[in-house]
Amino acid sequence: MRMTSPAIAAVVTGLLAASVTTTAAQESIFVPNLTYRTGPFSNSGIPIANGISDYFAMLNARDGGIGGVKVLFEECETGYRNEKGVECYEALKSKKPVVINPWSTGITLALIPKAAVDRIPILSMAYGLSASAIGQEFPWVFNPPATYWDGLSMIMKYIGDKEGGLEKLRGKTIGYIYFDGGYGLEPVPLLEQYAKDYGFTVKKYPVSPADMQNQSGLWLGVRRDRPNWMVMWGWGAMNPSAVQEAAKINFPMDRFVGIWWSGSEDDARPASAGAKGYLSLNFNTVGANFPAIQDILTHVVAKGLSQTPRDKVGENLYNRGVLNAALIAEAIRNAQGLTGKKVVDATDVRRGLETLKITAARWKELGLENFAGPLEVTCSDHNGHHAAYMQQWDGTKWVKASDWITPMKDKVQPLLDAAANDYVSKNQPWPKRTEACDA
Amino acid sequence: MFYRETGQFKTTYAADQALFPIAQDRIGIMLILAVAFVLVPLWASNFMIESLLIPVLVLSLAAIGLNLVVGYTGLLSLGTGGFMGVGAYACYKLAIAFPETNIVLLIVVSGFFSAAVGALFGLPSLRIKGFYLAVATLAAQFFLSWCFIRVPWLYNYNISASIEVPTRTWFGIPVTGPTATPTTRYLVALSIVVLMTLLASNLIRGRIGRMWMAVRDMDIAAELIGIKLYQTKLLAFAVSSFYCGVAGAMMAFLWLGSAESESFSINQSFMVLFMVIIGGLGSLVGNFFGAALIWGLPVLLRFVPAWLGLSVRPATVEHLTFMILGALIIVFLIVEPNGLARLWQIAKQKLRVWPFPY
Repeated sequence: MRMTSPAIAAVVTGLLAASVTTTAAQESIFVPNLTYRTGPFSNSGIPIANGISDYFAMLNARDGGIGGVKVLFEECETGYRNEKGVECYEALKSKKPVVINPWSTGITLALIPKAAVDRIPILSMAYGLSASAIGQEFPWVFNPPATYWDGLSMIMKYIGDKEGGLEKLRGKTIGYIYFDGGYGLEPVPLLEQYAKDYGFTVKKYPVSPADMQNQSGLWLGVRRDRPNWMVMWGWGAMNPSAVQEAAKINFPMDRFVGIWWSGSEDDARPASAGAKGYLSLNFNTVGANFPAIQDILTHVVAKGLSQTPRDKVGENLYNRGVLNAALIAEAIRNAQGLTGKKVVDATDVRRGLETLKITAARWKELGLENFAGPLEVTCSDHNGHHAAYMQQWDGTKWVKASDWITPMKDKVQPLLDAAANDYVSKNQPWPKRTEACDA
Repeated sequence: MFYRETGQFKTTYAADQALFPIAQDRIGIMLILAVAFVLVPLWASNFMIESLLIPVLVLSLAAIGLNLVVGYTGLLSLGTGGFMGVGAYACYKLAIAFPETNIVLLIVVSGFFSAAVGALFGLPSLRIKGFYLAVATLAAQFFLSWCFIRVPWLYNYNISASIEVPTRTWFGIPVTGPTATPTTRYLVALSIVVLMTLLASNLIRGRIGRMWMAVRDMDIAAELIGIKLYQTKLLAFAVSSFYCGVAGAMMAFLWLGSAESESFSINQSFMVLFMVIIGGLGSLVGNFFGAALIWGLPVLLRFVPAWLGLSVRPATVEHLTFMILGALIIVFLIVEPNGLARLWQIAKQKLRVWPFPY
């Protein structure tokens, strides 16, 4: 019945006080990142965390921060667990972060209702809740450049292209292997819609979090069902296992397509030559031949300030992290421009995110020419529904396998609106948007 | 010197049967309750309440539930996570179906759903024991986890397969949802935990608890002296699941604010089981110790490097925490196999004779 003793409480308060004083630096912008460098998702989490931290370290070293203000960067380890994610958020909240990157769909879902209350924007870059693209209902949540539904529609477009038209899919079978949780379940309604519209069959292969590395039974099922295409929504340890198992049953790899989170080099590499032909959607370019990434190499990696091995700089998920950091930096610059302040806070950065517009010319100015497609976020559209391209594993690296594919907005938008309405109606009373729009 | 019962004479049966027969214990518990109910809300930071105290309260309650069946009745259960999930999902369905009903009442009522499911999965305990029963309850865990994803009705056909806690108020003050302050949620959680702990301690001291312990110590002998095994075992499962269910509902509604199947996975079951073992099988206070150690220590260890002025990467801290916690568990189990509760008892015994041990 004794739950706390005064002595423990004293120690706790001491610890907390100490932790607050060490980070109370003036004249800086606090950008935390939730990471998972540990646990079963660390193979995906580490390169992303490295990309983000290196980009901010580079900005601090090269430009003295953003607009003359140093970026105070801090990581909090979640291990991809929701409880730890919420704990991290609470710990970071008191230090006035300007934006939160949850890096997990589950953590994003837990934080979305808190965002409007605590007035801290969430940037869930192409993950999280698809419906949060609706800016009118989710003024504090941003998920550019594309939603999962956009991703699926792009994959369907690619498949249709290879089959000679989506109509040709009639009577065929598409297998869907997915992470059995919110992340993998989200595309299902749209996939079933497509199946109805084009007359193909969907076979679903769920992978539970406990069985991510144990998929041989599942792939025996795939061999029996003989789907014409396999589409994958995987993450963490699930990806390399799936690619290896697919190679083992000699599934035609050029008919196995992953979403952008299933396209790390380390996902394909373990299957070595067997993975040749494996496809994955992507919205950032792979490689280190960009002035900004070269700057990371000179200012950060060469000086030993990075946790990244040199040969991993420029890999796909590392660049994904750089892209995420570049979006934040650009939002902070926007906020500084909008407010005229140098040290911007979370409300300013929300406005900065809402007016995010990176043209091809701007990417070039940032030293990231052709690093990603042009990107625009508006007051009503917090996503943008931007294009992505298909990349293919050639046995040692990713090569571009298609042009930029635009999503089918006509299929996605009705689902988005319905989902946003549904979310808001289930979470009554949902706060009405009071934030004004910047033109 | 300070902790002696000498001179405290009991003149009535009621006084002799009191929950805390020793005056110092009564003062101690009053002090702790005063600190928990008054000082903590006044002084503790939001982070401490949100990330340390609420989780420890919720997990303590789950551990009490598990301890009733494992520690007191001697039936090994690995379904705790699943039973917590039943409580959480039941509470969600109830809160959506009856938006006007008091949410605290719903949190407690959702425990009954969990109790029913728990009793159902407790049926194998009538025929099998020990590790075989553990495997049967493991099946319950996996089946329930499966339901939380595969039965979309449970999460109201949410596309993300998760439940989002709606805002509910009591006397105009938000108790659940994003606008509820950590202090409000903490006070609600604390009240529920205190009342249910009191209930559990009385259950254990009474006829039912003695029946459970008789079954634990030797079920054939218990049957011979007229205890009906199937009723007793099922009751243990039901009451245990009731506690776990309420803890699960509190976890979703008062702590995390949302939940998905992963929150109630087998890992959760094991974590609660470790709390029970570290805290002490067959002890109530041990559950609080166990929860505080297993949940609280990693939270606090995160701050140690900063406190010492070291700059250690968060991922390294996480690895270190894992190792330190693992080492501590082994040390505790070697030094005191009966758990922290036994250490606490020894400390009290030492205190009785202090400063003149003989």
